[in-house]
This record gives sequence, C-alpha cells and structure tokens, in this order.
Amino acid sequence: MHELGIALEVIESIESRIGDQRVRLVVLEVGLLTAVLPDALRFCFDLASEGQLTEGAELKIIEVPGRVRCVDCRNEFSLDRPFGRCSCGRTDLEWLSGEELTIKEIEVV
Amino acid sequence: MCEICGCSSDLTPVVENLIQQESKHTHSHPHSHDHEHGHGHDHSHVHEQDGAREKPPNRIVLEQRVLARNEKIAGKNRASFAERGCLAVNVLGTPGAGKTTLLARAMADQKEHWSAAVIEGDQATSRDAELIAQSGCEVLTLNTGKGCHLDASMIERALAELRKEHSLIVVENVGNLICPALFDLGEHFKIVVGSVTEGEDKPIKYPYIFRSASVFLLNKIDLLPHLDFDVDQCLAFAREVNPNIEIFQLSAKTGEGLEPWYDWLNARMTELKRVSNAE
Repeated sequence: MHELGIALEVIESIESRIGDQRVRLVVLEVGLLTAVLPDALRFCFDLASEGQLTEGAELKIIEVPGRVRCVDCRNEFSLDRPFGRCSCGRTDLEWLSGEELTIKEIEVV
Repeated sequence: MCEICGCSSDLTPVVENLIQQESKHTHSHPHSHDHEHGHGHDHSHVHEQDGAREKPPNRIVLEQRVLARNEKIAGKNRASFAERGCLAVNVLGTPGAGKTTLLARAMADQKEHWSAAVIEGDQATSRDAELIAQSGCEVLTLNTGKGCHLDASMIERALAELRKEHSLIVVENVGNLICPALFDLGEHFKIVVGSVTEGEDKPIKYPYIFRSASVFLLNKIDLLPHLDFDVDQCLAFAREVNPNIEIFQLSAKTGEGLEPWYDWLNARMTELKRVSNAE
C-alpha cells in the first residue's frame, strides 16, 4: 500500500513549505510508470489528512503516461504500466518519462 | 489508521541493538525539515486564473517532487556506505518467502569471510533479528510499528548505531512487495526473494519491485518435487519485467544453490574495494 507512504510524504512536503496554512486543493502529477493507483492515493490522502493542514482538501491528480524506448530497435512508444513489450518483441525498455510524482501546486484558504 | 494495511501516520521506529544488549527508543518525529530541492523550482507566487470561474485567492506553485526528501537522505546514506567502504543491499520479499532464513544461513555460512551487519525491518518483535544474531553478526532491529516500509531516514538512524568495520550491510525490509519499491534507502542493490510455494506470476504481478531489483532469489527449490511450480515460466516472467535481473535458484534449508549467490555478493564487495582503492 505505498499510496499511503506517498500521501504522508505529500502532506509532510506541503507542511514544510507553507507552515500551518490550511490547504483547500493539492494538484499532484503522477506518472503511470510509478504503478501508483490514483483511487488508492485519493483514499489514503483523505485518511492521512485527518487532523492535518490538508484535511478536507481536494486532491487533483494529473496522470502522465509512460514514454519508453526499446533498447534494441530504438522504437519509442507509450506505456501505462511499469513493463511492456516492443513491437520487435524485446522487453528491454528505457524509461523516458512517466515516473513523475510531483506536487505541482496547492491552493491555500 | 489505514483500514487496508493497518498503516498509520505515526511512524516512530524503535531502534534496538541486540549485540550490545541495550535498547534505545527514539520517539522523535521521523521527518526532518531541512529541504533542498534538487529538481524542483524554489519559488512560490500567486497565480491569476483566466476564465469565468472564481479566482483562487492563494494558489502556490510548488513543483516539489514527493520523494525528494527521502532521496536526499538516501544520498547521505549512500555516502555513508561509501565512506565505510561497504556494500549495502536491500532485501525484499513477501512474508514467508524465506528472507530471514536465507540471511541467517548466509551469515552463518560466511562468518569467516564477511564482516557483516543486518538491519532488520519488521512491524513488530525482534524474532527475525534474534535468529540472525545467532550467527554472531551485528544485528539491529527497526520496528516500524504500523508502518509498511522502511525509509531512508530510518536507515540513517540505524547506521549511526552500527559499528564501522563491516564490509557488508544487509537491510531486511518489511515483508511487502509494494511499499518498499519506491523508497530508496541508499543501497547499492535490491534483492527480491520469492519462493516456489508462491505463484509463478509474482514477477508480473509486482513489476515495479522486480524491475528495480538486481537479483531474484527463487527459494525453497527443495520442495519442487511436491509442487506444480513451473520454474521456466517464473524465470521468463522475471526476465520480461527486467531483462537484466540475475536469478539464483536455491534452498536455504538444504543449502543447494547458495554458493553462486555468495560468489555474486563476494564479487560485488571486491569490485567496491577495487573502486574505492583506485580513488
């Protein structure tokens, strides 16, 4: 259930940046190669926010598709999970993007 | 408390050094507040939004990577390992895969060759640590309480307690294939332990951890005659997720297949020594 660990880190990061202002919105960018489940993250965020500065805040998740390149034939394609197979049959893939896990912006009360 | 896995936000690890027969309870808040942002932008300003909807009174751009704090501490741990000239491995696997038995066996078998320490992560008890300590190596327990993974700051605190002379430090992570994957501890390699009593498709069910591991130890091969486990299929799945993963089939119980894994660890320790001597 790493979504809980991530939710806790999100709240901690925000608190260290803005002190004790109340937060109404958190915009998070989540790459699909991280295998983070947005629904689980939302559930954990709500739980972890109880009694915290993010209590009751809306969590907006922007999903970033994975972009990978086949190590063999250099073909680039999209992935929505941390593994896949190139059209040439090989599975050795270089990850170009899709591992993001970033707090883009927040809105305080 | 998370109703799914029992985690809570109250992560206060208990550090206990078994060899020294003393126990220190650190109850300080596990998160530090000195942030530096390696990749993000360190600015904040209010955005004015166009459009018909209400202008947000206070929108702050953070561009903060969520794992940045853990990564920074992992970096410090990495430097600590380098300073000690020791190899650090992070051992992961589901409960019952045989991590503890394997480590206890390895420590006993190699005690003339390795100066090793083990950092044991468990939700509760020090039973695993006691088993490993029987081999005579230094063992330290981290009880994560309701937490589901070890993070870099816990390892940083553990390192402060360990003696300095080791050439190998093994972190036995909590029994969980999901949470530990994202939390870099500063180790050189991740080792994932599975067993033939689990499904062959473990690697594709947990692709993230198999992709981030350098080694896959397939344990309990002594039981194969009693099972329908398809070894080739399991290995194929592992290589599909991670074409470069090293795989060792072994049995902690009978000792079969352990030598090649010990050789791999020894080779890595030798490489490390060569690199640090060259500097």
